[in-house]
Amino acid sequence: MIPFSYSLAASERDALAQIAGGAARFIAGGTNLVDLMRQDIERANTLVDISRLPAAVAETSDGGLIIGAAVRNAALAADPRVRARYPMLSRALLAGASAQIRNMATVGGNILQRTRCSYFYDVPGSRCNKRAPGTGCDAIGGFTRYHAILGASDRCVATHPSDMCVALAALDAIVHLEGTAGKRSVPLADLHLLPGDTPHIETALLPGELITGVEIPPCPAAASSTYRKVRDRSGYAFALVAVAAALEVVDGKIGEVRIALGGVAPKPWRARRAEAALRGRAPGRDAFLNAADAELADAEPLEGNTFKVALARNTIVAVLGGLAGDVA
Amino acid sequence: MAIAINGTDYAVPDDPRVSLLDLLRERIGLTGTKLGCNQGACGACTVLLDGERVLSCLTLAVQASGRQVRTIEGLAGDGGQLHPLQQAFIDHDGLQCGYCTPGQICSALGMLEELRRGDPSHVTPDLSAGPGALTRDELRERMSGNLCRCGAHNGIVDAILEFADGGGAK
Repeated sequence: MIPFSYSLAASERDALAQIAGGAARFIAGGTNLVDLMRQDIERANTLVDISRLPAAVAETSDGGLIIGAAVRNAALAADPRVRARYPMLSRALLAGASAQIRNMATVGGNILQRTRCSYFYDVPGSRCNKRAPGTGCDAIGGFTRYHAILGASDRCVATHPSDMCVALAALDAIVHLEGTAGKRSVPLADLHLLPGDTPHIETALLPGELITGVEIPPCPAAASSTYRKVRDRSGYAFALVAVAAALEVVDGKIGEVRIALGGVAPKPWRARRAEAALRGRAPGRDAFLNAADAELADAEPLEGNTFKVALARNTIVAVLGGLAGDVA
Repeated sequence: MAIAINGTDYAVPDDPRVSLLDLLRERIGLTGTKLGCNQGACGACTVLLDGERVLSCLTLAVQASGRQVRTIEGLAGDGGQLHPLQQAFIDHDGLQCGYCTPGQICSALGMLEELRRGDPSHVTPDLSAGPGALTRDELRERMSGNLCRCGAHNGIVDAILEFADGGGAK
């Protein structure tokens, strides 16, 4: 039998000390890691359990929230402060997975979950540059309904599966990290990396580094925000296209606007071009269409997902129209 | 440390790779909890862990150390009388083959506790106000992590609604 060990971390410092060396992994809710180990994709020989570290949602001094990495997805979605101030985050969480999985999955684990590309999962039958660098990508030219139209490369077209991260990207969330070299913070929008030539390198985390929390800055505009997920069935499915958006209209002009897309890119996709196209303009269908087109101008759909360009465009327009209070 | 399963303490397995599902079925002989997909997609293995519904196939048994597990075997009364939700499933034909039923029932009990707390769902119109009454739409969304390949969903919804209306949601 292959040697395998498990230990329960007593503190973040304890977790960092235990993770050093070998094929060790932190485990929290386990909803992705246990599956990946069973599929022989993750080959950890040591698990350091961080699921019982203290986890809470707390106020920051500037009026934002700091979320402990081990807070469960269900608890975060139900938090009254999140529901009132950042409804797009509650909505994104509630659109993801199933109630059972949301009860188990943590915020840190949700961020670090891996793609659900079926070729990535098909260990015996498919080539995958993410799973086995340099071997090729069988998704390209294959069944690509669920794959990326933005930010992909000729090495990898997989999407990032998280709903929560799409809202966090729109909210300018900051991820707090701790490693043996100390603490640092990285904007969530910079944490996940585009595949380029190295699709197996998925995040900016250093080896052994631990996510300790996620900070959400204050964003008054987000009190009027939402998350819309378009998928093949209305429950318990990954996104074809998802849109997180907040929109503030002042004196007939768009002020603060936040848009991020899910299901279309290898990372939670902050739609900064669309936002830039909207600031200062009068809200309306033409402005929303123009913004969506600006964001999607560089879209490179694959044979199996050309529909996603129009779907993303229409969903952006519909979500912004709903937030602006008109019929889109 | 031990795992309390339906009120009885069991030792944590020596091999940390053993899932809670395999501990229940293969090592303790509690085969009421079912193995469906073994990858978190079907809900057949749902159990209550400290009162919260979770998937036992994706839970390592060692992670349940020191915690309370409740399975379908732990629901009937001491005299063997069925839990009212079990009876409601029979009364409303909430099953055909029965394979998903233990997971459906454990999931429904966890779901009703979430509803009692006022937790919103994907279909809750007003997040701040919370879910209010258990509508069919709320129930279907909240139970969407439990698949039934026989197609007994309408009976399942009726059974849970009757149980909830009878005080189960209080």
